[in-house]
Amino acid sequence: MSRINFILAMVLIGSALGLVQSQHQARSYFVELERLKKEALALDEQWGKLQLEQGTWANPARVDLLARTQLGLITPPHERIRVETLSDTP
Amino acid sequence: MNYHSRKLLKLNLAPWRMATVAALLLTGFGVVAGRAFYLQGLNTDYLQGKGNAVANRNLTLPAHRGMVLDRNGQLLAISTPVESLWARAQELKLSPQQHAQLAKVLDISPQELSRQFKRRSRGEFSVRRPVTPEQAVKIAAMGAPGLVLRREYRRYYPAGEVAAHVVGFTNVDDLGQEGVERAYQDWLAGRAGERQVMRDRKGNAIRDLAPIKTAQMGGNLALSLDLKIQYLAHRELAAAIDKHKAKGGSVVVLDAKTGEILALANQPHFNPNNRRNYEPGPMRNRAVIDTFEPGSTIKPFVAAAVLERGLYRPDSVIDTPETWRVGNKLVRDVHPHPQMTVTEIIQKSSNVGSVKMAMTLSPQQYWETLHRSGFGQRPGSGFPGETAGRLRDPATWRPVEHATLAYGYGMSVSLLQLARAYMAFANDGEVMPLSFLRREPQEVIGERVFSPAVAREVRSMMEAVTQEGGTGTRTRVPGYRVAGKTGTAHKLVDGRYAPDRYLSSFIGMAPASDPRLIIGVVIDEPSGAVYYGGSVAGPVFAQVMSGSLRQLGLPPDAPETATKVTQDSTRAGGGA
Repeated sequence: MSRINFILAMVLIGSALGLVQSQHQARSYFVELERLKKEALALDEQWGKLQLEQGTWANPARVDLLARTQLGLITPPHERIRVETLSDTP
Repeated sequence: MNYHSRKLLKLNLAPWRMATVAALLLTGFGVVAGRAFYLQGLNTDYLQGKGNAVANRNLTLPAHRGMVLDRNGQLLAISTPVESLWARAQELKLSPQQHAQLAKVLDISPQELSRQFKRRSRGEFSVRRPVTPEQAVKIAAMGAPGLVLRREYRRYYPAGEVAAHVVGFTNVDDLGQEGVERAYQDWLAGRAGERQVMRDRKGNAIRDLAPIKTAQMGGNLALSLDLKIQYLAHRELAAAIDKHKAKGGSVVVLDAKTGEILALANQPHFNPNNRRNYEPGPMRNRAVIDTFEPGSTIKPFVAAAVLERGLYRPDSVIDTPETWRVGNKLVRDVHPHPQMTVTEIIQKSSNVGSVKMAMTLSPQQYWETLHRSGFGQRPGSGFPGETAGRLRDPATWRPVEHATLAYGYGMSVSLLQLARAYMAFANDGEVMPLSFLRREPQEVIGERVFSPAVAREVRSMMEAVTQEGGTGTRTRVPGYRVAGKTGTAHKLVDGRYAPDRYLSSFIGMAPASDPRLIIGVVIDEPSGAVYYGGSVAGPVFAQVMSGSLRQLGLPPDAPETATKVTQDSTRAGGGA
C-alpha cells in the first residue's frame, strides 16, 4: 500500500516538473514567436522602404536624363532601324 | 502528556493573562483574516483590474494602405512608416542644453521651439510630423522625458507629378482625396487589428489573453497605366505647352483592343509628395473632368452616320462652295475646293461638306449616332468626378444648331470621352469599356457602335488626313500608318466665340492596318503663331505614338519607301 503511494507520489512530482518544464517552454516559444513577428514587421517595412528607393532611382525622368547626358544615348533614326520578321514555319 | 504533572512545565500563570494573550492573538488573526476577506472577496474586481492594467495591454496591430502599381509592377504609391515627434505636456522637462540640442536637430531656433512647447499645457501634441530617420535617432538618443517618437504611415508617390492626376493623393488621415486613391479607397485602406496580451516586467508580451483580431493589410492595386508611356506623354505635353505658351493641355493613351488607359497626362501639374502650396487648379484631371467643344474631331462621326445609312459612299462627290448658308448662319471653309469626295472632306476638314452631309440626316438620326458613340454620357472609367459632357435632345435642335453640330460646336465632350468614341473606328466598330485597372484581354466584352465595314471606311478616310494634302501631316510616325483627325475650335469666352483663342486637338490611332493605340491630345489656348490642331497637338501625338509603339514592340506596318518623311513636309492645314 505504502509502495503504491510512493510510486504515485513520484509520478505526481514527475508530472508537476513536466508541467513546469512545458510551461517554461511555452513561454520561451511565445517570446521567440513575438520576436520573429517583430522581425517580420521590420523586414516588411524595410522592404517597403527599399521599394520606394528603387522606385525613386528607376524614375523614368531620371533614367531619361542619365541616358541622354551621361551615357549619350539617342533614339536611332528610322533609317537605321531594320525590322526582321521571324516566321514560325520554316 | 500531562502538563500539570511535570514540574518544569507547570505554568504559574494567572488565568487572566492567558486569556488576554489568547484574545490578542485571536484578534490579530481576525484582523488579518478580515483584511484578506476584504481584499480577496469584496474588493477583488477593483484590485484585479489594477493588476491587469499593469500586466495586460490591448495592442493595436497596424495595417498599412495598399500599394498602387503600374501595369508592369512599377511603384506609383506606397505607405511607409515614418517617425513623428510628439510631446506630453505634463511630463515635459528639458534641461537648457537638451532644449538647445533639440532645436538644433529640428533646425529651428530655441525660441521657436519654446513657443511650440507652450502651445498646449495639457495632453499630447505633435511637435513635428514626420521627422527624418536621422533626426529620430538623435532625438531617441537624448532620452528626454516627455518627448515621444510615434510611428505613423506616410504615403509616398515615387512617380511624383508624372502620374499625379491619375493616382491622386490621400489626406493626413490616409483617406483618398482624388483620383484612384479616392475611387478605390475601400480596397486600398487597411483595417487595423487588435490583440490582448499579458506582459512581463520588461514589457515583452508573454501570453495572448484573447483571440487575436488580425490586421487586414490594404490591397494592392495594379493600374492600367504604363509608367514609361505615361512619362513620355507627360514630357511631350509639358514641352508642347512650353513651346506654344499654352494655358494647359491633356494627353490620353488608350489600348484600342482592351479599353485600358495606358497613360493620361495633364498640364498644369502638381507634385503629390509636396502639397504645402495647396491649389485646386493644377490638381484637376482635365482630361476626365473638363469639357470642351470638339470642333472638327466630330466630323468622322458625321461621315460614319451617312455611310451607315447608305446616303453616301467614301468616293461620292459633293459640291462644296466656299460658304454655305443655313438659316442666318454662314458656314465657311478655310481652304475651299469646289468639289470634294467624302474622303477629301474628312482629309481637308471641310466645314461646308460636313454640314451638307449632316443636313441629309434628321436631327434624331444624327443624335442617335452621337449618342451611340457615347457623347452626353459618362464614359464609365470609374474616375471620381468624371463628366458626361453635353449633348442636347434632338427635339430642341434648330437647323442652325444641327449645322454647327456637324463641325463640333454646340456640344461638349471630355478628352477621355472623345478618345473612347474613336475606339469604334480603331476596333472595327466595337468600343471596349474603359478601365484604369489592368485587365486581361479576354475578359472584356465590347459594345458595337458601327458595322466593321463603316468603321474601316472611316478609318481609311482618317488615314488620308495624315497623308499629303491632309490637315495632319505632322502627325506621321516613321514606319507606321497613322489615322486620325485634327480639330481647332474657337473657345467660348463669356458666351461669345473668341476669335483669337483656340483649343487645338488631335485624336489618332496606329498602326492603321490594325490599330492598337489611340492617342488623344488637346492643347488649351496656344498663344504662339500656330494654333491649328495638326501643327500644335499633332507633333505631340507623333512623339508619344512613336515612343509608345516602340515601347510595346509593335511591328511597323508601312512599307519602307512610303514612310520617308522630310523635315518640312508640314503644311499647316485648315480646319476650324
